[in-house]
Amino acid sequence: MSAASEGDYYVPHGTHWPIIGSIGLATIAVGFARFLHGSEITVMLVGIAILIFMLYGWFGQVIDESISGLYNKQVDMSFRLGMGWFIFSEVMFFGAFFGALFYARAYSIPWLGGASNNDATAWLLWPDFKAVWPLLEAPMADKFASAKEAMGAWGLPAINTALLLTSGLTVTLAHHALRREDRVWLVYWLFATVALGFLFVGLQALEYSHAYGELNLRMDSGIYGSTFYMLTGFHGFHVTMGATMLLVIMIRAMKGHFTPDNHFGFEAVAWYWHFVDVVWLFLFFSIYVWGGSGGVIHE
Amino acid sequence: MIFNKLSERLSAALAGVLSMLFVSAADAEYALNMTRGVTPISRDLYGLHMIVLWICVVIAIVVFGVMIWSIIYHRKSRGAVAANFHENAQVEVFWTVGPLVILIAIAIPATATLIDLEDAKTNADINLQVTGIQWKWKYNYIDEDLVFISTLAQSSRDVIKDPAGHENYLLEVDQPIVLPINKKIRFLFHSDDVLHAWWVPALAVKQDVVPGFINDSWAVIEKTGTYRGQCAELCGKDHGFMPIVVEAVTQGEYEQWLVDKKAEAAAIAESADKEWSMQDLLAQGETVYKGNCAACHGPTGAGIPGVFPALSNSPVATGDPAGHINIVMNGKAGTAMAAYKSQLSDVDLAAVITFERNSFGNSVGDMVQPSAIKNSR
Amino acid sequence: MTTITADDDHDPHAAHDDHGPDKGLTRWITTTNHKDIGTLYLWLAFIMFLTGGTMAMVIRLELFQPGLQFVEPGFFNQMTTMHGLIMVFGAIMPAFVGLANWLIPMMIGAPDMALPRMNNWSFWILPFAFTMLASTLFMEGGGPAFGWTFYAPLSTTFAPDSTDYFIFAVHLMGISSVMGAINVIATILNMRAPGMTLMKMPLFVWTWLITAYLLIAVMPVLAGAVTMMLTDRHFGTSFFDAAGGGDPVLFQHIFWFFGHPEVYIMILPAFGVISAIVPTFARKRLFGYDSMVYAVASIAILSFLVWAHHMFTTGMPVAGELYFMYATILISVPTGVKVFNWVSTMWKGSMTFETPMLWALGFIVMFTIGGLSGLMLGVAPVDTQYHDTYFVVAHFHYVLVTGALYSIIAAFYYWVPKWTGHMYNETHGKIHFWWSTIAVNVLFFPQHFLGLAGMPRRIPDYALQFAEFNMISSIGGFAFGLAQVFFLYIVIKTIKGGEKASDLVWEGATGLEFEELSSPPPYHSFTVAPDIK
Ligand code: HEA
Ligand code: HEA
Ligand code: HEC
Ligand code: CUA
Ligand SMILES: [Cu+2]
Repeated sequence: MSAASEGDYYVPHGTHWPIIGSIGLATIAVGFARFLHGSEITVMLVGIAILIFMLYGWFGQVIDESISGLYNKQVDMSFRLGMGWFIFSEVMFFGAFFGALFYARAYSIPWLGGASNNDATAWLLWPDFKAVWPLLEAPMADKFASAKEAMGAWGLPAINTALLLTSGLTVTLAHHALRREDRVWLVYWLFATVALGFLFVGLQALEYSHAYGELNLRMDSGIYGSTFYMLTGFHGFHVTMGATMLLVIMIRAMKGHFTPDNHFGFEAVAWYWHFVDVVWLFLFFSIYVWGGSGGVIHE
Repeated sequence: MIFNKLSERLSAALAGVLSMLFVSAADAEYALNMTRGVTPISRDLYGLHMIVLWICVVIAIVVFGVMIWSIIYHRKSRGAVAANFHENAQVEVFWTVGPLVILIAIAIPATATLIDLEDAKTNADINLQVTGIQWKWKYNYIDEDLVFISTLAQSSRDVIKDPAGHENYLLEVDQPIVLPINKKIRFLFHSDDVLHAWWVPALAVKQDVVPGFINDSWAVIEKTGTYRGQCAELCGKDHGFMPIVVEAVTQGEYEQWLVDKKAEAAAIAESADKEWSMQDLLAQGETVYKGNCAACHGPTGAGIPGVFPALSNSPVATGDPAGHINIVMNGKAGTAMAAYKSQLSDVDLAAVITFERNSFGNSVGDMVQPSAIKNSR
Repeated sequence: MTTITADDDHDPHAAHDDHGPDKGLTRWITTTNHKDIGTLYLWLAFIMFLTGGTMAMVIRLELFQPGLQFVEPGFFNQMTTMHGLIMVFGAIMPAFVGLANWLIPMMIGAPDMALPRMNNWSFWILPFAFTMLASTLFMEGGGPAFGWTFYAPLSTTFAPDSTDYFIFAVHLMGISSVMGAINVIATILNMRAPGMTLMKMPLFVWTWLITAYLLIAVMPVLAGAVTMMLTDRHFGTSFFDAAGGGDPVLFQHIFWFFGHPEVYIMILPAFGVISAIVPTFARKRLFGYDSMVYAVASIAILSFLVWAHHMFTTGMPVAGELYFMYATILISVPTGVKVFNWVSTMWKGSMTFETPMLWALGFIVMFTIGGLSGLMLGVAPVDTQYHDTYFVVAHFHYVLVTGALYSIIAAFYYWVPKWTGHMYNETHGKIHFWWSTIAVNVLFFPQHFLGLAGMPRRIPDYALQFAEFNMISSIGGFAFGLAQVFFLYIVIKTIKGGEKASDLVWEGATGLEFEELSSPPPYHSFTVAPDIK
């Protein structure tokens, strides 16, 4: 077993998981597209099932190989690089939506109100438009559901911030427990992290229902609603994924996986969790604190 | 046949290339190079273009010259033995700083021209609002209360299969815009649907036409004449078929044109009050249809499945007139079907609706009178 | 835990040596071998190139003469769009990934790519993505017809239903590209043989390392852009709709934030290829290795800062236009460094002109022409006259066809003897080069004149004064197309057999793949790390 950690780089031979994964992805895509045009969602669900099956099988195989000691330090490094740059790509994905938010606030709304070289835009097209942020009333107000109020920062969002920050702490505590081979606390802290994660998602859902129900702040409330839901929605989706992955890690920990010096799976998920956490902080400030206040941005 | 045409064109092209090399006949120059145009900006741009072009040509000659030199003299078959050098910090600095200096030399006049080009607002004499619509242009002489729509001329549409010999094919419109010379015209661009771009090379105005925002640009035309251009941003199926024609005239002619044009508009508005016969409505309707609707719904009303609905046997076009009037006047938000009440006169609307109800195999038999349209505005 | 037995994979040495490929179709579907996957990528790219090329032939056929003769305007737009998409995402990018797969492990002394299973997945997503993309042409309402740049709102409110399939196809390509790029980075950073320091790596490896960073940084942004399109289309958001406070021009900013680095993604590996070929046939070390590395890095960094030079006519405030003009023309400086270094490598060399060298020389000359017209486009005020005309079409075909594509063909001729152990037929290679090079200039050079004379791009029909040059261009196009059919023949013939290539292949060749490996190389390149001098 230990021989391999000194030995060659492990190069696997044939694998059928990727092709299954591709079929899964393609099925999801086709299923979703059909769903958008009125078909049942079944095809997409089948695709998701295939993808989950693939992930289960693929990761299962990797875990087996890892436990049987096929991976040396160099392989471990490849995994680390892989996960690290994957997370970077996710950062850029969020970057696109943050970009849209900043652009709307810094450019498109002031311009619609006549700022910069757009005096004629306000003069000829939107004489009644008030360039304010958060934008509750869209320029063409009758086409969009006007929101009554912006989402404040200091209610549920603040609680959620606290939850996520705490979960960042608990996952670190779990890591320390793993380092000193304290499996009991490893599982406890992981459990706490997972629980906090799902609690976050639950509260987010509550917040959405409040937004839709009482504030009339919706996807189709204009650019404020669009950016709000796109950013918080994709973030919530990532929290759900992260929490699910943590759950898997917890189950694996209960099964006795991971050793103090070989637990890349744990670390990868922990990194991911911190990434989700950091994105939330950006989100909290730009969507809720800064984005929920402001007032007139161009006269 | 085709080969005759082919060889004719080929030799013409060859002659063109040759004349570029040896003479600079004004005609050939236009076909090969950017137009000098008729506005101060267009001349600046032409000058800037020529400067940068020549810089590029010189750089290319130097680089390729050195390369060809080595290809000829440093080839193995001539017995050349490879030298050993592979680094030299001084030359690296030289060919980093050298180009930088050239770029600065380009950037200075470019900056000045750009700032000039962008200054549409100050001292504008005439405000002309230009609206892009799939696939035509609406012009609004804001200060004159004069609005009309300009589309590709029917004469071009008629020869679309074989346009050989048809002068100004695709560059002619039913209603050109007329502008006075030596006045600063501020164009205010805007779109009703997708992006377009209004481009007349001789005026050096090319500006994207964006829904929801106004972009502006300006021109002072210094020479009378007819200047042609085209839409320059992909805007869907008939992007290639939305030309622009500008007639630049003297101030006096321009004022006369305004008077005539307004009288024309008044006459059309007036004719909405009279009762129209079926025959007249159908005749007028067909013209309107060809110019405005056929692009999407097809010359035979068949539409394009999945994109534009057919009008023959359409439940709307054969159903209650109110519904038909409604969709044509108000369009349907979020689709390509525009609100035609802001584009067509009462008469044209009545005519085209009547036409649709009684053509393409539809035979509802009823008429929609212009007065009905007027009342439902 | 019990499935993997010691005698199969455990023994570190037995693990590799005796392992040949599986047989039949399974080999290709399940392979984790970098060479197999490289081959798959290259074939996919070639098939896509022929497909995209056929669409270009439809375009050139319709533009052969004025008037509408062959296709409807709506279909013409679908051809233009699909041609651009397929060439960019289906031909050029996969071809470079294929080269990366084949070459990077061999060049850095590694047994394989760092993440071999993921490597397989990166590839096998693509056939699904392109099938989905191509199938849109047969759907009701037709395929995407809004250009490869799919500007909103033509691609949102005004697009056919098939657009959703297009969106998901782009998502899939993005996933594939990001995984491929991660693999390249992990391989280069983690799999180098001892002694292969970063500044000893061949430039091809360097350019791909930097390209991979560009990919990871911008493909997710493209994914974000199409996601916003999707929600604008179906879920009532208004990112690109001014009526709701958004802006159609925002789409262009996001697209070009991806799009401009994307064009360098298609040219940086080409720089790497040329930097390998020129020294070999000049029999002289690459001039200014260090500055070449820094130049590539500078180009990559600048590429993130210039995107709005595609948007000079959108009505940006003048300060924005000025900034983007300065940043854009600045890219000429590091690119110039590269060109000058190649030329200096040839200077006082001992040159021969085998086929790969011909393509490389063709690249240098014609890429420079394309680069110089790029510089002209970068001068913002004049771009108001060039923008969206055939001058732009001429520019980007010079950098893409005679740039990126030429480098890929050069790479094929240069490395195919190594890959297959067979020499291609030199006469055929030379005919292919000269035929292509004459044809491609007849095809694209006149398009400069068309653009200057005022012919807009993306139009199915044009005014009579553009007739002559269009006809010439079309003739060049057909000739160039036929030359590539000849190329297909050369490829197949070389794979099937041919004169045996020596291990070094070229007299002046350097690098691990030539100096340390046989032709063809063993299935697993370096089971034991080579010694790096
Ligand atoms: C491989 C792809 C590739 C490459 C490498 C480039 C390289 C460059 N491109 Fe190009 N470009 C495209 C692909 C590419 N482009 C595509 C596909 C489009 C159209 C997209 C679409 O709309 O569909 C486009 C469009 C495009 C535009 C928009 C035009 C418009 O729509 O109006 C502009 C404007 O600035 C531009 C500029 C440049 C510049 C400055 C470079 C520079 O990097 C070039 C640098 C090189 C040189 C300058 C030559 C070598 C240098 C020397 C010999 C040194 C001496 C030089 C000087 C001192 C100047 N490009
Ligand atoms: C990335 C690489 C790439 C490559 C390699 C090419 C290759 C070619 N392109 Fe490319 N082109 C683009 C990228 C590329 N293009 C892009 C990005 C656009 C912009 C799209 C847009 O506006 O949205 C564009 C747009 C574009 C236009 C403008 C269309 C318009 O504005 O409406 C034209 C017109 O001439 C054209 C022509 C060609 C030709 C003739 C080739 C030739 O080199 C192709 C040669 C190959 C073959 C022909 C295939 C082999 C032959 C066969 C399979 C047999 C059939 C052959 C015969 C019948 C002779 N292209
Ligand atoms: C740019 C494209 C375009 C043009 C030009 C256009 N239409 Fe339409 N039209 C559409 C589209 C798209 C619809 C479908 C709207 C929807 O989804 O209900 C439509 C729907 C209609 C309908 C309803 C048909 C039905 O069965 O639902 C009528 C009637 C109609 N148009 C008449 C006209 C008339 C009259 C004109 C010219 C004055 C015209 N259209 C010009 C795109 C166009
Ligand atoms: Cu309007 Cu193109
Ligand atoms: Cu660019």
